[in-house]
Parts: sequence; C-alpha cells; structure tokens
Amino acid sequence: MTLAKIWVYGEEANGTASANTLELITKARELATTVEVVVGGDGAAIAASVGEHGATTVHATGDLAGGMQGVHVGNAMAAAVAAGTGPDMFLLPTTYDGRDVAARLSVKLDATVITNVVDLIADGDRIVGVEPVFGGTIDVKTASTTANPPIMLVRPKSFTAEASGGGPAMVMPLALADAGAAGAAKTTEKFVEESDGPKLDEAAIVVSGGRGLGDADSYALIESLAKLLKGAPGASRAIVDAGWVPYSYQVGQTGKVVKPSVYIAVGISGATQHLVGMKGSKTIIAINKDAEAPIFGVADLGIVGDAHKVVPKLIEALEAKG
Amino acid sequence: MDVIVCVKQIPDPADPGEINPETKTLKRDVKLILDESDSYGVEYALQLVESAGGGSVTLVSMAPNNETSGLRTALAMGAESAMLISDDALQGSDALSTAKTLAAAIGRSNPDLVMAATESSDGYTGTVPEQIAALLDLPSVTFAKEITVGDGALTVKRQTEAGYDVVECPLPAVVSVTAGVVEPRYPSFKGIMAAKNKPVEELSCADLGIEPTAVGWAGGGQEILDIVEAPKREAGEKIEDEGDAHERIVAFLDELKVL
Repeated sequence: MTLAKIWVYGEEANGTASANTLELITKARELATTVEVVVGGDGAAIAASVGEHGATTVHATGDLAGGMQGVHVGNAMAAAVAAGTGPDMFLLPTTYDGRDVAARLSVKLDATVITNVVDLIADGDRIVGVEPVFGGTIDVKTASTTANPPIMLVRPKSFTAEASGGGPAMVMPLALADAGAAGAAKTTEKFVEESDGPKLDEAAIVVSGGRGLGDADSYALIESLAKLLKGAPGASRAIVDAGWVPYSYQVGQTGKVVKPSVYIAVGISGATQHLVGMKGSKTIIAINKDAEAPIFGVADLGIVGDAHKVVPKLIEALEAKG
Repeated sequence: MDVIVCVKQIPDPADPGEINPETKTLKRDVKLILDESDSYGVEYALQLVESAGGGSVTLVSMAPNNETSGLRTALAMGAESAMLISDDALQGSDALSTAKTLAAAIGRSNPDLVMAATESSDGYTGTVPEQIAALLDLPSVTFAKEITVGDGALTVKRQTEAGYDVVECPLPAVVSVTAGVVEPRYPSFKGIMAAKNKPVEELSCADLGIEPTAVGWAGGGQEILDIVEAPKREAGEKIEDEGDAHERIVAFLDELKVL
C-alpha cells in the first residue's frame, strides 16, 4: 500500500452516508491500509454504511450545535495532525461543506488544497491527483509537496462506490479545537426545497436548458420535457447567472457533475465550463440553432434546429406515445 | 458599513488562451476582464452599503502587470476605490498563496464584511474565500444566496444540497455569494468616466510584509508533474431540423430503451 492511513470527510444524506462519501472510501481502500472517516456530528447514522464500504473508524466531533462544518471540522482535523494522531492524506468531496473544511484545514496546516480531482494515482510513496482543465480536453497531474498530509478535493462521481462487506465502523470522539470568534456563525434553520422528480445528480435522464431558449419563461419547456421523461431539469451557467433558475440547477465545472444514461442539452452551446459537468453522460442529445456549436462535438445525436420548434413537437410526440 | 470585495481579473472565457508548456500555467498575455462571477459580489456589496445607509465598497484584486481593466469595470459599477497587488513573486500562486496575499491587504483595514464570489471562472478552486476567513480568523458563510444585515450580524440563506440553511453570523465576517442572486448593474456612462479617476492603490509583496518565498512558485505546496490530452469523446449523428427532427429523437430514445 502506498499510504498507511487516509481520512475521508464524511457527510450524511437521507439518514446514511452520502454517495460522495462512499465513492471516496472505495477509492481510498486501493491507496491506503487503513481508511477512516471524519464527521462533524455524532457519526451514528453513517457507521454501518461506511463500515460496509471499508472504513474501520468514524472520528465524530459530536453535535456542532449549528456551528459551521468548515471551521469546526477543519480545525479538529488540523489539531489531530498536530497531535500526531492524523492521517497521511485527507480526501474530501467537492461539496458546499467539503470545500469549507478543506480550506480551513489548509490554512491551519499551511498546505495547499489540490482541487477538482477526478482521479487518484499511486506513484511510488505518494498519491497524484488528476484534474481536468479546458473543458476536460487536458488533464493535469499534481502532487502535494508540503510536509503535512496532502489535502485533495475530489469531484463527485469520480469513482464508483463498492461495498467491501465490512462490519459497522467504530465511532470514536474527535476533539474540537476552540475556534474563538471564527466559530461564531450558526445555522438556525434548515429548509428542504421539495421537488417531485429525481435529483439532478442522481437522475437517469437529465434535460438541460441554456441561453438558446431565448427567455426565462421558455425554461418551462425544459421542465415539461424532463417531467415526461421522468428526468431532472438542469441548466447551463449562463442562465443561472442570468437568474432564470437557481444555482442548484447548474451543470458544469462550477455546478453539478452529472452522468445520466441520457443527457439532453437544449439551446446550450457547450462552453468548456458546461462540458466538464456532463460529458461523462452515457448518451448525449443536443438541440441547437448554431451548427458550429461545440456541444455537437460530444453529441451522439445532434439536431441543428430551433428549440422552440423541436421541443414542443417532441413533447407532443412523447405525450401521444403515453 | 464598510465592505471589501475580492475580485479577479481573468482572461475572457470566450478566449481563454492556453497553457504555457514551460511554466505549466495559463498564459496571461491576453487582456483581462472582470470575472463575471464577481459582478454579483460587487452588486450585492453596493446594495448592502446603500441599505445600511452609508459606508464604503473597496475592491481588492491580485493580478500580474498592474492590470486594472477588470477593476475599472467594478469601479464603474460604483465601488469607491481598489487595492491591486501586483508582484512578479506572485506568479504561479496557488489558492492558498492567493488567499494569504488578499488577506494581508484586507487585514490592513478592519472592514465589517469581506465578500467574494464562490469560485472564479478560470481557476474554480472554490477555496479562497474560506481560506481568507481562516487567515483573518473570522467567521464565514459560503454559497450565500440572500444576505440581510442586522445589528452587528448577518442573516444569510446558504445554498445546500437539499435546499438552503439560514445562518446567523456576527460581523466582521467573510461571505461568498453564488451567481445569479442579484442583477449586476450596467455601469452608466457617468460611472465609466468617474471610474477612470477613482483611486487604485498598487501594492507589492514588500508593501504587505509578505516574504516573496512564501507565495508564488516558491511558496506553492504542489508540483505539476504532467499535462496530458484527455481521452476525446466522439461525435455521432448530426441532422438539420426539417420539421421532423423530434421523430428522430423519439426513435433514438426508443433505441436506448428509455421510454
């Protein structure tokens, strides 16, 4: 094994470990003898699933009383390193909290964060991260050179989670460090926005809209088509920036990574920013007026045409099929 | 309320340039513009200061060659002044070195609030705002979609996987703002003219007490080992819509057995 011990930052989703957490544990098994998980919480809900995927221990901070994950978990990880009880490497998912934890930890350890990692390769006694740039046309391979454990932020869906048949992980307390004024922000309420369809990053079919739709009202076409196909609606960064749909709809480098069976891009030109988030899809269908749009370079079926003409007819035809 | 907004001047995303094979960094000899992501932070800062009934919006940016074209755009929107850190020693800086440099400039004054975009459009590490908070020992809220200023504290709606959290955060603090949450104003002609004469303080590493070896290539804790072409995805069938393209899509979906 390349390393003795990797710590994965674990997150909870729907009462168990998130898919991102299990993907990272699965990959970490290949790279280190011991894989352990750190959570900002009590850890009880995830002990069984992370154990089943090969983690032996959950280091749990206990209830943060609304405190932010970034500062509290990041500082606790750094304190463990200082005390000599830390790992040889930290792996964190590129999520809202994962980025915060990595950033706080990096300052405490004075170690860089290697970001946007999509693959991890053992190279002698160190681990090399692979990061796509320029819309995924070029891969950059990077290794950390700091004396402290490397910190890597890994993009969702880079690996496939596979159970190893382990028993529940042992839950151990992880001491919090006093964060002082920096720890004063508190979450007071959590709101879940209900949606009736599948989640964007879990859906088998994703229908995304872009600037080519012309105006915000035309996004209804995307929602109708997604609903008919039992898929999830997504968006390019351009229309998120324009305020047509919320940030949570964004597919791309700075949004969600999706790998559905079918991805339908409507009125999306295919800026490099967008391609990184969706070109892992199994099949891609693109509808765009501009025959030269880069999206056609990755599309299995490309329709050069006006979304306002093609999509309503497509919806009608699908409705007729029942 | 005094706000400092971190802004980045980047190569035009429509013409992102290329990687220099010698230095393994982005070639930066193209004209730089204000990162569109940052226009939301600038706009939000202007609105918060207006609603607080007074205060200032100051910009801070790190860029090579004393580049100011992107800063002038943000000044034209209404920011009062800017700090620009430009130093050869900063070349090759990673996110942490960037955060150290910006934090050193911000730390010379005591703003009530530091704002930034969640991530830049060219580097997109998404770690700099939180690193600045850690370096300045301030509380932070990232991925803000709505900010309300109260008495010495902020109430922030923070984007989450499932919806959003409401976060109470005392000031001073660092907040990163997601795109699309406010409508950035277009600089007026008057604003553009005024921006030409607004103060831009040019700073070097020495001015900020930063050791040149702590940042840039020398201070970066990573080594770029290799740059390789990624596997390409092949394009398939491409047809012109003659009024019946929807039939081809239905047939294609049928073949995929997803209907």
